[in-house]
Amino acid sequence: METVTQNTKPLTLGEKPEGYEGPGFLATSLEKVVGMARKNSIWPLPFATSCCGIEFMATMGAHYDLARFGSERLSFSPRQADLLMVMGTIAKKMGPVLRQVYEQMAEPRWVLSVGACASSGGIFDTYSVLQGIDRIIPVDVYVPGCPPRPEQIIDGVMKIQHLVETESLRRRDSKEYKAMLNKYGIE
Amino acid sequence: MEQERVIEVLKEKFEGEILQIETHYDFLTLSLKKDKIVEIIHYLYHHPDTKFQYLTTLSGIHYPDLNQIAVMYQLHNLVSNQRIRIKTYLPADNPVTKTLTPVFLSANWMERETYDFFGVRFEGHPDLRRILNVDEMIIFPLRKEYPLEDQTREDKNDNMFGR
Repeated sequence: METVTQNTKPLTLGEKPEGYEGPGFLATSLEKVVGMARKNSIWPLPFATSCCGIEFMATMGAHYDLARFGSERLSFSPRQADLLMVMGTIAKKMGPVLRQVYEQMAEPRWVLSVGACASSGGIFDTYSVLQGIDRIIPVDVYVPGCPPRPEQIIDGVMKIQHLVETESLRRRDSKEYKAMLNKYGIE
Repeated sequence: MEQERVIEVLKEKFEGEILQIETHYDFLTLSLKKDKIVEIIHYLYHHPDTKFQYLTTLSGIHYPDLNQIAVMYQLHNLVSNQRIRIKTYLPADNPVTKTLTPVFLSANWMERETYDFFGVRFEGHPDLRRILNVDEMIIFPLRKEYPLEDQTREDKNDNMFGR
């Protein structure tokens, strides 16, 4: 029986999950297969309001190319999106709009907060700017930077991919998850 | 030269309304009493020698030392390319003045903005409510008695940033 090598990964098209393997078959858990499929087909919804959005455009461009991670298909409808990428300053007046977009997304959904402004208000410590989107919606991964380079955004997406891959299929039904959403006043 | 003509035109009819005449960087600035401000601007709009028919901007200025809020109008004569600035002063405790919308429709949103940020109430305005800030806001943020920073932020302290 072959053993799955941990340190030196051979270059393959998809990383196969751990499992019982023989010639022509691989037995593994459904959760791992679903995680692998989800991880490599994330549809992001770009919510770009300022300069971080410009960096995101570079990230989507041919040089950095987020398509390498299976995320080239942007969804401009929240109802079909898996990942909400908030890039830029969110004014307090924009807050309810962002929240509505989040509420319109179907489960499972993830949120990536790109840049200092989305994460904490950044330099805009003022009466009109929301001091971090985590005051109105839950955030999975924060990307620091003002603005972050495309490599950092890719790193953030890869961290999201890791979360997507390893998330339990029942997490969204759990009491803890519902309590977390209730803390934000959602549902 | 032309500025003197503007002052002359104004003095012909509204001599008693003028508080102060200054020129800052070649920009004629007139401080006027607040009661007849709409009539004066209407008069300057139609007078053949002034014809200030374009309202460039309208805004508020808070003077905490004087406890006053000024409303500042900037007018432009598009024919002679001449500009003037007009200021009226209102008490900060109860800043009320007449709306300029009968003369300039474009004053509508500018007055809403001035209300939004300074709390100046324009009597007769068709729809005086906040325009840029969130509706739930209870302060007038550009008055100098309110701190600029968001008071709900917890992560900024002197230990981390040395401010």
